[in-house]
Amino acid sequence: MILEVRDLKVEFPSRRGTLIAIDGVSFSIAPGEVLGVVGESGAGKSITGLAIIGLLEPPGRIASGEIRLEGRRIDNLPYEEMRRLRGRQIGVIFQDPLTSLNPLYTIGRQLEETIRTHLPLSASDARQRALSLLKEVGIPAPETRYEHYPHQFSGGMRQRVVIALALAAGPKLLIADEPTTALDVSIQAQIIALIKRVARDHGAAVMLITHDMGVIAETAQRVAVMYAGHIVEIGAVQEVIHAPKHPYTVGLMGSIPRISAEKHRLVQIDGAMPRLNAIPPGCPFNPRCPHRFDRCVAERPDLMAAGASRAACWLHAAA
Amino acid sequence: MPLLELDGVSRDFDVSRPWLNRVLEHEPRRYLRAVDQVSLAIEKGETLALVGESGCGKSTVARLIVGLYQPSAGRVAFEGRRMQMIFQDPYASLNPRWRVRDIVAEPIRFLRTSQSVDELLRQVGLSPDDGDKYPHEFSGGQRQRVSIARALAGEPDFLVCDEPTSALDVSVQAQILNLMLDLQARFGLTYLFISHNLAVVSQVADRVGVMYAGRIVELAAAAEIFSRPRHPYTRMLLDAVPDLSMAGKPRIPVAGEVPNPLALPRGCAFHPRCPHANERCRTETPALIDGVACHAVHEKRI
Repeated sequence: MILEVRDLKVEFPSRRGTLIAIDGVSFSIAPGEVLGVVGESGAGKSITGLAIIGLLEPPGRIASGEIRLEGRRIDNLPYEEMRRLRGRQIGVIFQDPLTSLNPLYTIGRQLEETIRTHLPLSASDARQRALSLLKEVGIPAPETRYEHYPHQFSGGMRQRVVIALALAAGPKLLIADEPTTALDVSIQAQIIALIKRVARDHGAAVMLITHDMGVIAETAQRVAVMYAGHIVEIGAVQEVIHAPKHPYTVGLMGSIPRISAEKHRLVQIDGAMPRLNAIPPGCPFNPRCPHRFDRCVAERPDLMAAGASRAACWLHAAA
Repeated sequence: MPLLELDGVSRDFDVSRPWLNRVLEHEPRRYLRAVDQVSLAIEKGETLALVGESGCGKSTVARLIVGLYQPSAGRVAFEGRRMQMIFQDPYASLNPRWRVRDIVAEPIRFLRTSQSVDELLRQVGLSPDDGDKYPHEFSGGQRQRVSIARALAGEPDFLVCDEPTSALDVSVQAQILNLMLDLQARFGLTYLFISHNLAVVSQVADRVGVMYAGRIVELAAAAEIFSRPRHPYTRMLLDAVPDLSMAGKPRIPVAGEVPNPLALPRGCAFHPRCPHANERCRTETPALIDGVACHAVHEKRI
């Protein structure tokens, strides 16, 4: 396993008490594997990603649990060491490529600088590597584009540059937080194909965070479904899409519009995800759940075997 | 008689550089044609959806229809009673200093309609008590319900919805789309639905217009578009949508990007990305004939 997260808990102390954003999240990602993390806004998927790369905004902090990269604990590293690890071992791709690029430097300079910060290469070797990265991510005429500034690129091309930057030092783990959300569908399909290829060719573990189940269906092998700071279901993508086990996943899959020739009503989950300061006791989904019974209100379910997947739902408890 | 008719509507935007630059550098004025000769008709009670990628001109069409922009050429004819608009961002489109009751009541006062705020809130799935709250006390989906209640307060028969669910999570999106379908059935509303999301469009639309670079490239019944797309761009868009049932299957991603609107290709704007383009496509802009604007389709090459 490249990445192992065990019982991660992230909290945000505030004047009106401590908010628990992530509560007991565990998962792992193997080399070459793409794990999709899906959930609605506020479910805690981005916070999980930020906790792994050590970029939680204070006062947010990891309260308990551990994060291991190739067996080595990284959740308690000092700031400087973590900074070296990011970029070298962990590549990060964010939603908005403009915020990840410095508008004042050419993309060639940014790539070269990133490469030389992390790898012991000469200037000309770094340039060669930068050019081959640009070529790999599908930027036409890399020699010309090398001297261009970020604003001279389209959104899709910028995201390719960001992916090249994330790959610059040959990281073991790639964390992509909504990498295609800001892009048009035709460009989105190109970036999905690129991320898949990168995972395969570099043997990197990829954590793909997105709200778009369609993107996960096309890219990931396994998927973790998050709700109110918990993983409520985790399993193979096919299994979770076609045979969801947790009632929230069932509702989520039904509410995703699919292309069909007929116009019709969607399945709808009434209500909304609870705010962090009002997560109900027991199962966090119980107030919206059509199958709720006594135990759901009293006791919080952990992930348990449910068919070929694992779900945090008392319906699947062995009797 | 259609409820709304657009006849050859175009809209240009002046994107010239400042006067001094133009004088010093001998540059002419420059115009960007955001919408180019769009003609369409919407019948009473139907939902027409306009889909396309960013910059294709779909939102400009919406703004031309409600009169936020004046057309540079062509004519917009509305035969209905009144139209209202629902915007994408429910955070920006509600006044944060007003209570929801006042927001919803404003069209009632201004247009002297006989609606009741409590009843409107109930119709969109809120409770009358919610009227005393401020917009920030609501989630995105609830705010979009307030926007819909405000739109209904003016007793419209035609609603222009510009990406009404794009800012919402999927489960909330499903609630809002279902609400819109219910309200349409109940009040016989006519919708123009603007979206970049083909899957959403396929759930709500009766007819669909596909836009590319300011022009309508295909206009047909939703069932036709989604089962037998004809224009190469429509086919490409449908192929590009990540599909849940497609999980794991390999797919050929589409090449190329939407052209710069300031430097549109000659002829058919889609020709540089089109696998069926020939000499005629590179020189002659295809007209929308029989619901599709494509030489290859007209010549029965595809």
